[in-house]
Amino acid sequence: MTRELHTLVCLKVVPKSEEVGVDRETNTLDRANARSEINPPDMNALETALALKDRFGGRVSLMSMGPPFVIPTLRVGLAMGADHAYLLSDRAFGGADTLATSLTLARAIEKLGDVDLVLCGEESSDGATAQVPPGIATWMDIPQATYAMDVDFEPGQRHLVVTREVRDGEEVLDVPLPAVVSVKVSCNEPRFMDTGRFALLDNEELVTTWTADDLGVDREHLGLAGSPTSVAGLKEAAQASGRRRELVSGTPEEEGKILYERIIEFLRGAGTRGQEAPG
Amino acid sequence: MIDPAYSPQEARGIWVFLEQDAGVLAPVSLELLAKARALATESGAELTGLLVGGDLAALEATAAKLDLDRVVSVAHPLLTQFTAEAYAHAVDQVIRTQKPDIFLLGATAYGRDLAGRLAVMLRTGLTADCTDLALEAGTGLLLGEVSGFGGGVLATIRCEQHRPQMATVRPGVFPEPAAADRAAAKVERVNVDVPAAKCLVKVVARHRKTGVDISRAERLVVAGAGARGEMPNIEALAQALGAEIGATRVAVDEGWAERERQIGQTGVIARPKLALVWGASGASQFTCGIDQAEMVVAVNQDPEAAIFESADICIVDEVAPVVKALVAELQSHGGAE
Repeated sequence: MTRELHTLVCLKVVPKSEEVGVDRETNTLDRANARSEINPPDMNALETALALKDRFGGRVSLMSMGPPFVIPTLRVGLAMGADHAYLLSDRAFGGADTLATSLTLARAIEKLGDVDLVLCGEESSDGATAQVPPGIATWMDIPQATYAMDVDFEPGQRHLVVTREVRDGEEVLDVPLPAVVSVKVSCNEPRFMDTGRFALLDNEELVTTWTADDLGVDREHLGLAGSPTSVAGLKEAAQASGRRRELVSGTPEEEGKILYERIIEFLRGAGTRGQEAPG
Repeated sequence: MIDPAYSPQEARGIWVFLEQDAGVLAPVSLELLAKARALATESGAELTGLLVGGDLAALEATAAKLDLDRVVSVAHPLLTQFTAEAYAHAVDQVIRTQKPDIFLLGATAYGRDLAGRLAVMLRTGLTADCTDLALEAGTGLLLGEVSGFGGGVLATIRCEQHRPQMATVRPGVFPEPAAADRAAAKVERVNVDVPAAKCLVKVVARHRKTGVDISRAERLVVAGAGARGEMPNIEALAQALGAEIGATRVAVDEGWAERERQIGQTGVIARPKLALVWGASGASQFTCGIDQAEMVVAVNQDPEAAIFESADICIVDEVAPVVKALVAELQSHGGAE
């Protein structure tokens, strides 16, 4: 009998993208009006983990780095079927770039000691760097497979077969465990919460919080202090795109005719770029 | 602070990863070259292209003709197919020896895999998925512009103390350069040790799509959520215009177009001459993919739709009658050449 599979899913609680802006006075992110959600591709990673558990048994743990207010959001993952959640929460973790974030997560995963598979979403909606999963794999010195569309497990050999998306097609990888796998957004349909598990949600023992001291990592390597990159400037993406914004109206037939004329005129070389919108 | 692999004082030159697959260079690597050349000219730095693979003889000749001062070629049987571990081990050795100041890669699956591992091995900073690059006045530090929160926020990132300054750049944000007219670059072959014990992942199969690459399309007809039920007319329009079909995330999720036709943050950054956008709301996650079009036409029945902020010609109407009228016009005139 082989040892049961222990899968750990990295979840990031992020502000909803469409509700974040930039405070024009201070040039800092304005998240005050933004609600929290689990980073969408991380939900696909969780579904992948739960589907493997359905088929092969084993355990699913959740791990997230953030302030204590994300705990209710992590309980959504527990209600979906995960067994335990670990929150890494310490002021020392704040301001971390991908190097420091991936180090923190890697050391916490190593502290658990028996994780076979680390599953992540392909990228986070707030930072969109996609660099944390390879970072975790490298700190742990284990293989990685990113942009996975499908993850299958061969229990006898403790290998994964991962189908992943690459530039002009896809490839199938044979990946021995332990490994880090990041999954594509929308690669599966995350399940609903299991109402039968709601009773579990108040159980404090299902969520473990670790601080920097619990990880035993030099504080100079964590958070802002441990981040080689820094933000030199921040701005809201330009809304006015320099487009003409010419309104064409009439009956659909008239609109189609004007549109045709404009298109032909443009394609014959009368460019429009750079002209200012009137008014 | 984690100790860097080498200091800014020791670092020299700008390097570009010449990503290749089966002997063909990735278009994004060529796009990067033009930008890297501009940065090199500004700072007086030498520009080096890095080739990694199994047998590189043919590619070395190709690379030598590019606008590069030098080509570094790293060949090893275990590098024939891309795997993140093997490539990272090989490139780590070369970087530690040659100490580039700046190392740029395309933000493709391979480029991001390699960059993500390498940045940790070298204990350096990585600015991922840049939409622009510049040098900071005074310091000469690399500034990478990145977008967050679905493209709504732009941040400029720099890496002060650690080298190389690494960045990946999104495909399609820089135009491909014209052919260089210069003396052939010197090719320098470098031997590396690739430990088989570190190459645990095996590529079992590789499928290459023969499908379209809409990032190269001159004309695009784009379906958004409001194009429900109108795909036959959208397709007729694309045919009459000689255009490719593109789609928003919603339209792709609905199954109206293949994933490879998705435009925007999680899809393709397109740079067509003409984009006709039907029934898209105009979320920044989408519009960042058409911002570089020369002319954008938007049709949406909602006069408040954000898409009209990003369009040259705006029509507030239902998709169906307008697309039909335009197809009829085109057909009666024999198309649009």
